[in-house]
Amino acid sequence: MLIARLLPPLLALVFAPLLLGIISRTKAVVAGRVGQPLLQPYYDIWKLLQKGAVYSSTTTWVFRAGPMVGLSTILVVLALLPFGGIPALLAFPGDLVLFAYLLGLMRFFTVLAALDTGSSFEGMGASREVTFSALAEPALFLGLAALARQTGTFSLSPMFENITTESWIQAGPAFVLLAAAFLVVFLTENARIPVDDPTTHLELTMIHEVMVLDHSGLDFAFILYSSALKLWLLGTLVVSILVPVHQSAVWLNIAAALAGMVGLAVFTGLIESAMARLRLLHVPQLLIGASVLATLALVLVLR
Amino acid sequence: MRLMLVALLIFGASGLATLCCSASARWATLVGAGGAILGSILGLISVVPVLLGAAPLFLHLPWEVPYGSFAVALDALSAFFLLPIFILSGVAALYGSEYLQIYWERKSLGSSWFFFNLLVASMTLVVIARNGVLFLVAWEMMALASFFLVTFEDEHEQVREAGWVYLVATHLGTAFLLVLFVLLGHEHGSLDFDQFTASTGADAVFLLAVIGFGAKAGFMPLHVWLPEAHPAAPTHVSALMSGVMIKTGIYGLVRILTFLGPPPLWWGWVLCGIGLSSGVLGVLYALAQHDLKRLLAYHSVENIGIIALGLGVGLIGLSSGSSTLAVLGFAGGLLHVLNHALFKGLLFLGAGAVMHGAGTREIDHLGGLLKRMPWTGLSFLIGAVAISGLPPLNGFVSELLIYVSAFQGATTLENTAAVPALAVIAGLALIGGLAAACFAKAFGIVFLGEPRSDHAAHAHEVGLAMRLSLVALATGCGVIGLGAPWVVEAMAPALTNATGLPADSVNTLLMSVRSTFSAIVLASLVLLVFLALLASLRHRLLVRRSVEEYVTWDCGYARPTSRMQYTASSFAQPLTSLFRFLLRTRFHHVMMPGLFPRAASLTTETEDLSRVRLYQPLFISIGRGLSSLRWVQHGQVHLYVLYIALTLLVLLVWKLG
Repeated sequence: MLIARLLPPLLALVFAPLLLGIISRTKAVVAGRVGQPLLQPYYDIWKLLQKGAVYSSTTTWVFRAGPMVGLSTILVVLALLPFGGIPALLAFPGDLVLFAYLLGLMRFFTVLAALDTGSSFEGMGASREVTFSALAEPALFLGLAALARQTGTFSLSPMFENITTESWIQAGPAFVLLAAAFLVVFLTENARIPVDDPTTHLELTMIHEVMVLDHSGLDFAFILYSSALKLWLLGTLVVSILVPVHQSAVWLNIAAALAGMVGLAVFTGLIESAMARLRLLHVPQLLIGASVLATLALVLVLR
Repeated sequence: MRLMLVALLIFGASGLATLCCSASARWATLVGAGGAILGSILGLISVVPVLLGAAPLFLHLPWEVPYGSFAVALDALSAFFLLPIFILSGVAALYGSEYLQIYWERKSLGSSWFFFNLLVASMTLVVIARNGVLFLVAWEMMALASFFLVTFEDEHEQVREAGWVYLVATHLGTAFLLVLFVLLGHEHGSLDFDQFTASTGADAVFLLAVIGFGAKAGFMPLHVWLPEAHPAAPTHVSALMSGVMIKTGIYGLVRILTFLGPPPLWWGWVLCGIGLSSGVLGVLYALAQHDLKRLLAYHSVENIGIIALGLGVGLIGLSSGSSTLAVLGFAGGLLHVLNHALFKGLLFLGAGAVMHGAGTREIDHLGGLLKRMPWTGLSFLIGAVAISGLPPLNGFVSELLIYVSAFQGATTLENTAAVPALAVIAGLALIGGLAAACFAKAFGIVFLGEPRSDHAAHAHEVGLAMRLSLVALATGCGVIGLGAPWVVEAMAPALTNATGLPADSVNTLLMSVRSTFSAIVLASLVLLVFLALLASLRHRLLVRRSVEEYVTWDCGYARPTSRMQYTASSFAQPLTSLFRFLLRTRFHHVMMPGLFPRAASLTTETEDLSRVRLYQPLFISIGRGLSSLRWVQHGQVHLYVLYIALTLLVLLVWKLG
């Protein structure tokens, strides 16, 4: 059983960068281009791992620690998330709080590393990052609270195990609202359109990408890999709601969940092809909207 | 008990002794700080056994004062509040012995150390007093001692005004407490705490306690004195006041709750509401500040809000018969009292070190201090992570307890009781996100980047005593974070006292969450191991490769200056402008004239709305209303004597008739 429980983190470690590849390939196909290889994110990480590093003379150890804290934090979070009906390595009542707060720790050090460079661009990115994530946090927690109320447990693994086809029939509308709320959180936290545009050419308009401008080589490989893992982790939240679990068929569950992840990546690519980035002033409205959706789901669940 | 009284005597004696040797700053410091440290150590020794479950200690001596008696007791609840008081007092005394050196030539330190020791002694007495009169006397001593400590630098007008605001606020609170004890005493015929039992007027007593103790604790909107008094006081005093003195308000509230029997549901709603408003508004105001100590003062309001959330969820648990909720809620609230004492003490002492080393506490004038003050910087970073409630430090443990109890409520309770629990979850999430934003700003702007002024560029690390105090508190944050399961279990006796539930069920409940806390400690340890592994991997890989130093990427701009960096105000601007309907930040522009503008400036100022919009108009109109009575007061002594004689006459007639 323990070996099966190793599967969710292993799947994440192996397939997380693939999601990035699928997103950019989808965008390319929609735009009528051939696009980069699906495995390009792996090549990028591998190439960066071979390199040295350049540091700004302004920076201190905080700048060097940032990427390492980020990666080690996200590796711990991997142990907290169930996948496709397989419970997490570490499951206990209240693990959802640790999940959210570990992501918070990662963000805190990314922001500090950005401020350590003394660059006004990176300060700008850091300031936007903390603003939007502070607003995304209530949406995430309200959604998790609604799920907890519906499933009668507040540990992630049993929570997602209790989302079955039967509970979908019972509380379908609430689940749809929750998935929408989590999708907004997913897009925000992973710096995707419509909140942030990772591919823009102008530092002034970026959020996450501008925060890591000064990181290079090995450190940047750590950052790329951790953001791929973060994409996977938060994507799991959305997919676990949308793809209910059958009690008996283990392999079918995993296959369905993997298909769900691919579907989410394609959907993200489609959103990015169809939309432009929102004006920064409008992003808070989107995030408060996500909180409202989660609250609505709560009302449906409470009744 | 004897050891505790000895500790009290030491505080008193060394306080008096400093008055005698105030001519020599060196001796005053030695006697004052030494006495406080020695007393704190003795106090800690006497507190720990009771905290861990030894039988409570009592002492009851007759006292001449009407309705008064010298009744003191040390039970687990008192011991739990005494623990942070003694820890922080000792550390603050050590810190103060170095911090006050800059005043050696200018000021007499005797009175400062006298009031410091008096403050510690009176806080101790407040927590162990078991008689209404004794409690109020100690409460008043505490207020006055802290008032004189706040006004240490009374040559500045700002400081005098802050002291004045504090004095008025604390006495308004005390007025409510007087009524409270009169009510309780009237009901039970005695002011001894052991006579108080559940009674009819519980609702009124609860509200009086919330207002009276809330004024000391800093519940929004009774918090107005905190952001004035904390920055004005010398740093070790602000640490002590913010870290533990305001917690005596929480102690009073919890103690009164134990007299009142099973609470109705709306008490829980009230405390959750207060907690949410204090928490969210406190952290928003903190975000808008650019004075480091003022920012920290507003964070005290936020953390008191978090404590109130824990107590509120606990009350909901008590009223709806869910002892899990009650125990975990109170555990979260009370543990946050201890945690806040540690990390807020640490952060205030860090802010004082910054002031000491760089000569200013204006965040926008600082920067790059981590290179110049490595010890202070690392300690401040630990405090910042802890206060943001991030794992693996202590702030996360208490917030997790509150989260777990609120989730428990949200999943199991009826709708009317589940709704406040859900509000607590959402509120804590928002508060956590904003607090992380605020401390990313506080640490990032002060300690990272390039210095923004000459002061910051020439900053120097502080001396041994101050560094030692910082390191001690930072260690405390780590110990509670990594020892979470043991800490939570050790709280059982105090929680039994606070909730009034049977000791067995409290123990079983705490054992049932043990798995949660063992798991977070495991996760934290794994995190640290991963971090170490990655660090060594990175080191190994980089050894043979080129590692260069260059300037920060500036998008090709040729002459970057440190003034181009993001500042505290610009960092917080998206959030402050998003919440401008609550903050009403005022902008003062100097516009840029002409085609080739030279100088321009922009200052922002965020005044406390409840002070400007609520209290100022209120007090002005009261003052105006009372000015019609001015004719009574004219400075002619013989007429004053006549007033006295007339009053006596009226009283005599009333008594005889």
